[in-house]
Amino acid sequence: MTIPAAAPLLSVRGLTKHFPIRTGLLQRRTGAVKAVDGVSFDIASGETLALVGESGCGKTTTGRAVLRLIEPTAGDIHFDGIDVRALRGEALRTLRRRMQIVFQDPWGSLNPRMTAGAAIKEGLIVHNLAHGAEADRRVATLLDEVGLQASYAGRYPHEFSGGQRQRIGIARALAVQPSFLVCDEPVSALDVSVQAQVVNLLQDLQRERGLAYLFIAHDLAVVAHMADRVAVMYLGHIVELAPRATLFATPRMPYTKALLSSVPVPDPTANRQRVLLPGEPPSPANPPSGCVFHPRCLHPAKDSDCARIVPLLEEKTPGHFVACLKESMTHHPTSSP
Amino acid sequence: MTVSRPLVKTDPAAPNGWAPNDPLLAVQSLRVTFDTTRGLARAVDGVSFTIAAGETVCVVGESGCGKSVAALSLLRLIPAPGRIESGSEIHFDGMNLLTLNEEALRSVRGRRMSMIFQEPMTALNPVLTVGEQIAEVVRVHTKASRREAWAQAVSMLREVGIADPDVRATEYPHQLSGGMRQRVMIAMALVLEPRLVIADEPTTALDVTIQAQILELLRAQRDRTGLALLLITHDLGVVAEMASRVLVMYAGQIVEEAPVGALFATATHPYTEGLLAAVPRLDQIGGRLRTIPGTVPAATDWPTGCRFRARCPHAFARCETDAPELVQVGPSHRARCHLVQEPSHRKAITP
Repeated sequence: MTIPAAAPLLSVRGLTKHFPIRTGLLQRRTGAVKAVDGVSFDIASGETLALVGESGCGKTTTGRAVLRLIEPTAGDIHFDGIDVRALRGEALRTLRRRMQIVFQDPWGSLNPRMTAGAAIKEGLIVHNLAHGAEADRRVATLLDEVGLQASYAGRYPHEFSGGQRQRIGIARALAVQPSFLVCDEPVSALDVSVQAQVVNLLQDLQRERGLAYLFIAHDLAVVAHMADRVAVMYLGHIVELAPRATLFATPRMPYTKALLSSVPVPDPTANRQRVLLPGEPPSPANPPSGCVFHPRCLHPAKDSDCARIVPLLEEKTPGHFVACLKESMTHHPTSSP
Repeated sequence: MTVSRPLVKTDPAAPNGWAPNDPLLAVQSLRVTFDTTRGLARAVDGVSFTIAAGETVCVVGESGCGKSVAALSLLRLIPAPGRIESGSEIHFDGMNLLTLNEEALRSVRGRRMSMIFQEPMTALNPVLTVGEQIAEVVRVHTKASRREAWAQAVSMLREVGIADPDVRATEYPHQLSGGMRQRVMIAMALVLEPRLVIADEPTTALDVTIQAQILELLRAQRDRTGLALLLITHDLGVVAEMASRVLVMYAGQIVEEAPVGALFATATHPYTEGLLAAVPRLDQIGGRLRTIPGTVPAATDWPTGCRFRARCPHAFARCETDAPELVQVGPSHRARCHLVQEPSHRKAITP
């Protein structure tokens, strides 16, 4: 998938979320966890942008801040030309019909006292899209679309398996006919065979409905199947963003290289060079100066500049954005991430 | 018909029948059941396997296949209402573990056979420093003094790659990161140089770069001490990197057993084939994933005949009536499938 020159469906610029650290009796603000620190990306209609990275890198916070499920500290979010951060009250609720989320844990996101049908129907009623028999008919269609029997509408969450609950979570999100879905680790809690079913379902639904996905995941192999473009996050920053094939074939940021090489390959004959990163990611409450990755970086050209200068996410080759001082630019940048 | 190799031929009451050539661990007809409100759950239902000294055996399978219960039962750590059924045999290092009394069993646990759990935060004691917890293992099993045990704990922390081990030893589990806690768990499991370590999803809760560090550590310790490793995992990538031999479990049984190369090159059981095809891979970008339709049946209600038949693309009449046995399909390679004898029923699969 190429990046369209036309206005993207979703455009995020400089998105920042700092959680205050309060200490002492007076709960004075003594610092901040810089969970997301100036993240920019576009998503085109019908496109899947994957956001990958390890625990604490800020990928989940980014997904929620885009929907304003948590309030961003700074930055711009435009959805289909609408300034999302300027919306209040009813206008924000109306927009939420078009931007939905599928959570990692379908157990935690479904009300245990609500039947699957009622959970799916709720959005239809809240947004005044359908009532009564028409709503029931739509629920049946949605269940069918996600591969469940219409008769399951009367069952409660505990009566379903993990994979089935995730299908209900997807049906619930789709009920209000959104054009954009944040999928926050939607298959991480599932077994391999069921994971493959849900991945295929998400791909089918995207094709049929022209959905755009922000697909948040830590499993790079799943991302290799799902994504059109991939953004790699580390400590609140996007450090590399590229079309899928480019990112997996020619990663340029040292962190991306290490991350890709760490994934165990299900092939005992594979002979691979593993980049073992030293140490662990530092705390986002006290991120390193300059390039946030520099203390663990294995780039041969690393020098004192890396600890001093914050690298910008620059387009090094067409469509391939890298935040690294030591990776040179080979063309004149034209597009946005 | 069963061609399972005869295992240790010892009278359970007379462990001295054990010979030096026998495997380090031999499990025979292991059955573990749980009484539930929905009836008797046969979580592990007739599992037999061996592990030789120094070998790494991986057990793979999806949630509910019985792999963790099988692992826990080796140390008789099955919580009530679970029980190991009579007829099961677990021979380890010349002892029949199922007839040992509690005291003798304690001398095995942690010392000759130890365990690494998935979530170190729940397995570690939150009110003791990690140094105290490792030293405690040493003091319980040896005559070491308090000072000697502490020194051993610190040197073991250094061995598992923890920087400033003297300082870290005085910290509590909550002060350490997930990867660091898992290193502490490994230090605790290895401090007395056991002959067999059971690791139940040791890297599942960790990030992929930390997982790579921990797998490297397990490999290094295995090579250093010659310990045997029983690694429970659902990740076929981890299997490919770590295993010498693989057991694939489904619905409480071993459905395929093979050396790691043979398993990936010539998987025979349709469940193994399905698992291998369903795993998304970094080197196969895009395209559609093959799925295994349906879900694992409940342990209270295993299907008759072949337990996989409802999800199997090749199932035929015999699969409904006859429960397949594990049969030989190659050197040290066995599979529980009627297709081995009746390959004409195999259908072409379009991805």
